[in-house]
Amino acid sequence: MKTYDKLIFELSKPGRKGYDLPKDNFATDGMKEIPATLLREKAPELPEVTELDVVRHYTNLSNKNFGVDTGYYPLGSCTMKYNPKINEEVSAMPQFAALHPLQDASTVQGALELYYNLQQALANISGLAEFTLNPYAGAHGELTGLMVMRSYHMSRGDNKRTKVIVPNTAHGTNPASAMVAGLEVVEVKSKPNGSIDVEDLKPLLDDTVAGIMMTNPNTVGMFETEILEIAKLVHEAGGLLYYDGANLNPLLGKVRPGDMGFDIMHINLHKTFSTPHGGGGPGSGPVGVAEHLRGFLPNPHVRKNEKGEFYVDFGKDSLGSISTFLGNFGVMMRAYAYILSLGKENIRNVGPMATLNANYIKESLKDDYLLPIDGVCKHEFVFDGLKDKSTGVTTLNVAKRLLDYGFHAPTIYFPLLFHESMMIEPTETESKETLDEFIEVLHKIAKEAREIPEEVKNAPLTTIVRKLDETGAAKNPILTYRALKESVEG
Amino acid sequence: MSKVIEGLRYADSHEWVKVEGDIATVGITDYAQHALGDIVYVDMPEVGDEVSQGEEFGAVESVKAASDLISPVSGEVVEVNEALEDEPGLVNKDAFSAWIMKVKLSDASELDSLLEAAAYEKLCEE
Repeated sequence: MKTYDKLIFELSKPGRKGYDLPKDNFATDGMKEIPATLLREKAPELPEVTELDVVRHYTNLSNKNFGVDTGYYPLGSCTMKYNPKINEEVSAMPQFAALHPLQDASTVQGALELYYNLQQALANISGLAEFTLNPYAGAHGELTGLMVMRSYHMSRGDNKRTKVIVPNTAHGTNPASAMVAGLEVVEVKSKPNGSIDVEDLKPLLDDTVAGIMMTNPNTVGMFETEILEIAKLVHEAGGLLYYDGANLNPLLGKVRPGDMGFDIMHINLHKTFSTPHGGGGPGSGPVGVAEHLRGFLPNPHVRKNEKGEFYVDFGKDSLGSISTFLGNFGVMMRAYAYILSLGKENIRNVGPMATLNANYIKESLKDDYLLPIDGVCKHEFVFDGLKDKSTGVTTLNVAKRLLDYGFHAPTIYFPLLFHESMMIEPTETESKETLDEFIEVLHKIAKEAREIPEEVKNAPLTTIVRKLDETGAAKNPILTYRALKESVEG
Repeated sequence: MSKVIEGLRYADSHEWVKVEGDIATVGITDYAQHALGDIVYVDMPEVGDEVSQGEEFGAVESVKAASDLISPVSGEVVEVNEALEDEPGLVNKDAFSAWIMKVKLSDASELDSLLEAAAYEKLCEE
């Protein structure tokens, strides 16, 4: 394929344009009404291009993209499952897509019903009482959930509960969300198998603890078998349990966080419920709570009256609004379409299939890759790099080499439990043939590491852009066209 | 194989300490820089700050991860290595010459709790 690496600014030719504006029929000079201090002195340097230039430019750029629609994407803890096209079809229906958020409730009953039904479906799936769908993404859901936690304690006048316990294997967003919510982070250690060390947890539980944040299965893909004991201890100490839904996929329709004792959770619709993920977002991070926390959920809520009509409600105990209107509605439509297409029976197959796929890859590759935590995993697992450390080939090299073979790299160097972490999550949507191809390639790379290590260290060899200068990118980023021009012209 | 230097003291959180009189020079070990990968930022304390043994005094950011720096000693920061502001990669080049801070020791007996070179080397092998 021909390399395309132009910026749209570089296509610009003075005077070239792809639009024709109508004549100004008002004959006013708007510029005169704007104070001189607010006017630009120079015209902005916008690209001057034709419509065809724009279409070719963005089509060529999109061809450089790698996504679930182009190839296998085994990114750990990200649940990059296929996004069924029916989701897109449904969310594009003009009856929904053309609505305005300020329309009177009587004119948008269908949209409100969808919101209401989706929150009920999520509540049933997770074993909690009620969900808000308003948060825009996972981390936003975490923040909202922690605000619920804080509001709950403060409503009881229990103002000294300022600490949130977070496992040292947690996703980085957990401690970050706790800090943003104005809470203090306390770390609890993990055992060598990656699960929470209950003995380390016990002394941390006092009357200053607001709650604990957990993923289950945890970051290394293992189910926290002591969850009932942990829930009992945290509740006895007066704290709440927060479930980070990043790893909900393997439990779907099988085990419910509410039944494990969690009081608050968020779900990433863009992971578990097949809505677009990553740069293709936007995301959505619904937050669910147990019965006693319902009142604290953010405004607005969608409720149903006795006549079966839906209305938008602002509760008085609520922690307030955390989004404009009701959140990312288009994303909710996709998730709802996914849930209804699977149905109650099929949704139970998601978790087992995701788990089977992960275990199949793990068992097939553990002869060449170091498996620090053995045993049956859930939807994902972690290798600690290649088994043969003598070659000097690192996890980064293996990840880059995978690109040469047409696969996206897995999550690397996370979790921090191991030096050469490589976190693989296949999801349930990949066929056995794809998994076999991936396994074959990783075996081949292990062989290359033994036979031609220097070549693997120089990977990627066939991609449009070769190995990047990561330090340079972090230290001296060039983020605008102006900065690029300056760096070239010196 | 990571380098370990005789005569320095080591914390199990992978910082080294070199003591001259009542001044302790602190940095991170070769093992630590190797595990972190290419370092892009060193968050250092300010001169005059008080640091305590076992407490965080800054952070190192690499292309892989951000990691807290744990002070192996207690006392007042008297100097920081300003060269690291522009060139954090010096830590990757030679972790034992790219020191991070100098501390005027408030309790020299704390040094006894730190590891000798041989014991630290053993820790890294585990």
